[in-house]
Amino acid sequence: MAAAGRSRLGAPMYSKELTSKKRDEFEDILEERRQSSDLRYAMKCYTPVIYKGLPPCKPSAIKNSVLHSEQVQYVIKQLSKETGESADIIQEEATEILDEMGHNLHIGAIRFFAFSLSKIFKRLFQRVCVNEEGIQKLQQAIQEHPVVLLPSHRSYIDFLMLSYLLYTYDLSLPVIAAGMDFLGMKIVGELLRRSGAFFMRRTFGGNRLYWAVFAEYVKTMLRNGYAPIEFFLEGTRSRTAKTLTPKFGLLSIVMEPFFKGEVFDTYLVPISISYERILEESLYAYELLGVPKPKESTSGLLKARKILSDNFGSIHVYFGQPVSLRTLASGRINRCPYNLVPRHLPQRLSEDIQEFVIDVAYRMELLQIENLVLSPWILVASILLQNLPAIDFELLVEKTLWLKGLTQAFGGFLEWPENLCANKAVTSSLAPHSNIVSLVNGQVVLNDKGTKDVTTEELIFKQALSILMCGAYRNQLLNVFVRPSLVAVALQMMQSFRKEEIYNYFNFLRDIFSDEFIFFPGIALKDFEEGCFLLTKCDVIQMTPQEILVTEKGSSVASFLAAMFRPFMEGYQIICRYLSKETKEAFTEKQFIPGIRNFAFQLLETGSTQCYEVLSSDLQKNALAAFVRLDVVKKVKITNGFTYTVNKEALSKTAEMLHSPVPIRKPMTARL
Amino acid sequence: MAAAEAAGGSPGTGSQPAAQRRLRILSGHLRGSPASRAPEAAQLLSLSRCGARGAAERPVPGSIPKKRQEILKWNGWGYNDSKFIFNKKGQAEFTGKRYRLSGMVLPVLKEWMEKTLGASLEHRIICRTSLNSSDVPPSIVNEEFLQDLRATEISYSQDAEDRVFRAHGHCLHEIFVLREGMFKRVPDIVVWPDCHEDVVKIVELACKHNLCIIPFGGGTSVSSALECPADERRTIVSLDTSQMNRILWIDERNLTAHIEAGIIGQDLEKQLGESGYCTGHEPDSMEFSSLGGWVATRASGMKKNIYGNIEDLVVHIKMVTPRGVIEKSCQVPRMSTGPDIHHFIMGSEGILGVVTEVTIKIRPIPEYQKYGSVVFSNFERGVACLREIAKQRCAPASIRLVDNAQFQFGHALKPQVASIFTSFLDGLKKFYITKFKGFDPNELCVATLLFEGDREKVLQHEKQVYDIAAKFGGLAAGEDNGQRGYMLTFVIAYLRDLGLDYYLIGESFETSVPWDRVLDLCRNVKERIVRECKEKGVQFAPFSTCRVTQTYDAGACVYFYFAFNYRGISDPIHVYEQIEIAAREEILANGGSLSHHHGVGKLRKQWMKESISDVGLGMLKSVKEYVDPNNIFGNRNLL
Ligand SMILES: Cc1cc2nc3c(=O)[nH]c(=O)nc-3n(C[C@H](O)[C@H](O)[C@H](O)COP(=O)(O)OP(=O)(O)OC[C@H]3O[C@@H](n4cnc5c(N)ncnc54)[C@H](O)[C@@H]3O)c2cc1C
Repeated sequence: MAAAGRSRLGAPMYSKELTSKKRDEFEDILEERRQSSDLRYAMKCYTPVIYKGLPPCKPSAIKNSVLHSEQVQYVIKQLSKETGESADIIQEEATEILDEMGHNLHIGAIRFFAFSLSKIFKRLFQRVCVNEEGIQKLQQAIQEHPVVLLPSHRSYIDFLMLSYLLYTYDLSLPVIAAGMDFLGMKIVGELLRRSGAFFMRRTFGGNRLYWAVFAEYVKTMLRNGYAPIEFFLEGTRSRTAKTLTPKFGLLSIVMEPFFKGEVFDTYLVPISISYERILEESLYAYELLGVPKPKESTSGLLKARKILSDNFGSIHVYFGQPVSLRTLASGRINRCPYNLVPRHLPQRLSEDIQEFVIDVAYRMELLQIENLVLSPWILVASILLQNLPAIDFELLVEKTLWLKGLTQAFGGFLEWPENLCANKAVTSSLAPHSNIVSLVNGQVVLNDKGTKDVTTEELIFKQALSILMCGAYRNQLLNVFVRPSLVAVALQMMQSFRKEEIYNYFNFLRDIFSDEFIFFPGIALKDFEEGCFLLTKCDVIQMTPQEILVTEKGSSVASFLAAMFRPFMEGYQIICRYLSKETKEAFTEKQFIPGIRNFAFQLLETGSTQCYEVLSSDLQKNALAAFVRLDVVKKVKITNGFTYTVNKEALSKTAEMLHSPVPIRKPMTARL
Repeated sequence: MAAAEAAGGSPGTGSQPAAQRRLRILSGHLRGSPASRAPEAAQLLSLSRCGARGAAERPVPGSIPKKRQEILKWNGWGYNDSKFIFNKKGQAEFTGKRYRLSGMVLPVLKEWMEKTLGASLEHRIICRTSLNSSDVPPSIVNEEFLQDLRATEISYSQDAEDRVFRAHGHCLHEIFVLREGMFKRVPDIVVWPDCHEDVVKIVELACKHNLCIIPFGGGTSVSSALECPADERRTIVSLDTSQMNRILWIDERNLTAHIEAGIIGQDLEKQLGESGYCTGHEPDSMEFSSLGGWVATRASGMKKNIYGNIEDLVVHIKMVTPRGVIEKSCQVPRMSTGPDIHHFIMGSEGILGVVTEVTIKIRPIPEYQKYGSVVFSNFERGVACLREIAKQRCAPASIRLVDNAQFQFGHALKPQVASIFTSFLDGLKKFYITKFKGFDPNELCVATLLFEGDREKVLQHEKQVYDIAAKFGGLAAGEDNGQRGYMLTFVIAYLRDLGLDYYLIGESFETSVPWDRVLDLCRNVKERIVRECKEKGVQFAPFSTCRVTQTYDAGACVYFYFAFNYRGISDPIHVYEQIEIAAREEILANGGSLSHHHGVGKLRKQWMKESISDVGLGMLKSVKEYVDPNNIFGNRNLL
């Protein structure tokens, strides 16, 4: 997918520019596992292809070369000079960090994993579907250049599954940069490590030694092509199933060898992993509501055994086309500045490079999103959430079919069971989700299993829980729908036809929601045009050079689209209200979250809002970040953390914009 | 009398007795010879024109005649009598008698060309055998200038062949044009000054008549430096320095020699040799390139580790510019008098003036020379070893490391018989590689060495170097292999002409790079070439190879060869140029320089600004503007 950017080099290609979006076919790999021996599979001859015929290298040798690299030695000397600590002691520390972190590839552990994961996956999932063409491309890529695997992150299953798949297809197991909290899980942690995973602290907290050792470790693996590096751009598992905005630290580390000419090229491989039902769905919902999540301990995982009897539907793993970093950088990045400083010295990234890293990160996430498989259930959940507490089954089927068409028109990657009639398709899509929906008397109902006599507070909590769980599925549709939908929201809010006004409001929404949804930086106009294009294509709107008109039959579509994003509009409105009423002094995030939660609870209790999703700490944090970004809230660093103060004037303006905007008649900045 | 001989503007066949020559000239005159002949006769009469000469001066005719076409190819490299051909049996052969490889059959070259480059003897290009004078742009010279020129009695020619011979260097595209087309612009007139004073006169005339002068030394430029700007409307004068080829004096107490800048390398070493001295400056082009050319391009010689590069060798330079003559007032080893003006002259590529005389350091000819070679299991180890040798500052006169592809290529040039050429692989493979160390023949690489000095010291030095090599797993592979490596560098330039007959085009380019980046740069540039070829539709994998040819304290010089088969490509030169540009960008991105010794010319001008910064370029421009405000030296190199 050689993408030539328009307004900004490397910008994504949108449907307007695409002639056809061709996607590969899937293969169910569990099918074979169900027919032949897992033991034999685990003991199969495993000889993965390697980069340029590189001979295998012992983990201890890698560790050694990391420890004695100029990079790490430089930081050790530097620290020793600054702290007065002897270099030997710091070196010791570095060794410890490496031991804690370093992967340790044991074929035995891999085989053990292959065996047990086969058993577990077969119990949990109906199918594990993989695009084999993608695997072939990956196999090719691994032999050409160092490879970085960039999967989406929804579950702990993600990297187990990826390693399992690579093993199945006889590819080198990736070295995974995974969160430190795995180290707490003694047995599993060690097993993971022995099968290739390595660990990083979630925050480096300014620990330069840790960072140096870590970065050098990653780069050594990469430079020598020992194994593909795998990490999650999103940084952590998305609790909402919406793609999280990317983190840039690891990405810039893996790009550095290319910038410094240490490798000819590096392949970035976006991987989309979609779950019909997410293993951690209820844990996430609890967490979002502020009930602390259980620490990932081995016993926790063992308890999770009861979930083994549950049905988690299918998994789809789509290996995207490997993207050449060199191609992305060509014509954009001048690597010469790296010539003026010895390559082992830590260097600040230039602005150009920073911007490039950000663009690449977004680009990769957009590629992930493009290939995330959408199941019928996702459509059902989206419709149900607009028809609470229940919807007539027939109507649901009808609407689902309608939404299916729309999703496909918007470029969503829908896997629809073509062999089933619509009724059956919908019914069977409900099956894995019996914990949140049920079919009662021809009605599909969201969670009616609650006990009768409980406090309103408990009721609200339960309701919120199932709405958030259901929302996590609707959320998977949002990034596909966001451009046309925000145009629809703008049309609705502005009550205007003037293109310029619609665009300005669209731009405002795009700005304020840029932590909620994935927008490629700096191409607002292109996003707007894409949204309009899709709406026009579906006959929802008609465009004249100056105006945008909603067609008669399009108005129901437009209001559906707007309603889909209603929870965010309303959630942010409520947070505005909270900020203007309840906060007098500077506050911390620790005060903000419970504060807004109580405030929202009250509103829900009194029935003055139905927006349960405002209880989600994810939405709350995103809103706070957005307000900081828009200078509505000022963020100040204090000794241990940050405080926030509200700029009342800016806040009331933003609140007004979210509520009932007056058309903004700015002179047009961009040509429409 | 000696002076008189020289002043007569000796034609190439200078061994003829002067009287005989005079006769020929006179008779030519009677037959109504071209205008250019007339002044020569006149010159004979004014013996004092270049009179002020030192005692050491002897009239030695140059190895290359004034009429270069008499012994040099008009459309390829080197001597007419020396070339690669496929004989009746379909085997490659190197003709002539000049080189050690001459007259030998190279049985495996054909196979190598077929296998490595996909060439085929059936696909041969028949190109024209001689220059068609009517294709050559006419000479446009105004009569007033000609009159003034005749008055100076300086030899000149407007002959088409003479002009075309001086219209180019040896870049691929230049040779290609010679074979298949014609330059848009060639010099209008060639002048042959005999001495510094002649040059002063020519430059004065050029200023007076607003002409463009392009100095011409040996014509070995590989940077498009000699090409005439196509849009130059003024008369272009090619100032051929070849007749200024005398050693004016030798100063044995200070070990310096004062030499006219037109002397070519082989003559310089030959003549100094007669007195027991050498400069030790041996660029691979030394058979043809000139002292003035070396100064003008900042040349580098193979044995720089002992003798230094041109900037280390030069003690004094005299240059004629439109502003006047520039030179220092003394001949000292070093001085602190602001920025060294020599450094404006060295590397000026003919845009400021003509270098006419140079005082250069000389050394007694070394008592003993010894070649050597070392085999390494792979290129990485070889580079590591060279780095260590550089670190210990014990590099031999020359040390070069060729990668595996070039090692195999050397093998392809193995002649049928002759002891020194006995197959490298045959002997070595059986002996060391397979039996002892298990070196992979597709990975191993070779360093070739040349030691010089007195015997004792050379042997000591040799041991030191081999000991270091051993630490990197390097195995001594004999003197013959070393010597063969160096000899091949002189004939390799001939090989391109053979390739051109079979749809193969090739070129070399070079860079300098810090030690820590050598490996990355080599790998990335080679890979870039392969990739670009693929993208540009080249149907056969290219030959893309490199060698480390010089070592320094802080880095190395890397030399690339690159060739591909262009069958199926309509515009091979354009494709080639795009690939070369890509390769150069890759070099720059990997921390390499724009050039270590070939210079910038017009070929690499586009990168000057990024190479030396805006201000740096501005500095050079302002020098140019002061020295040559009317752009008389208008070859448009560098800036
Ligand atoms: C096969 C081959 C091998 C080579 N090997 C080497 C090598 O080992 N090392 C190396 O450094 N280079 C090498 N070169 C490049 C080339 O030989 C050098 O650049 C050499 O210095 C050019 O000298 P020349 O006398 O041939 O100059 P020319 O090619 O005639 O001219 C080169 C430039 O210098 C200017 N110039 C020439 N003479 C004067 C003068 N007297 N005053 C002012 N300007 C002048 C010309 O105008 C032109 O711009 C090689 C080239 C070839 C083809």
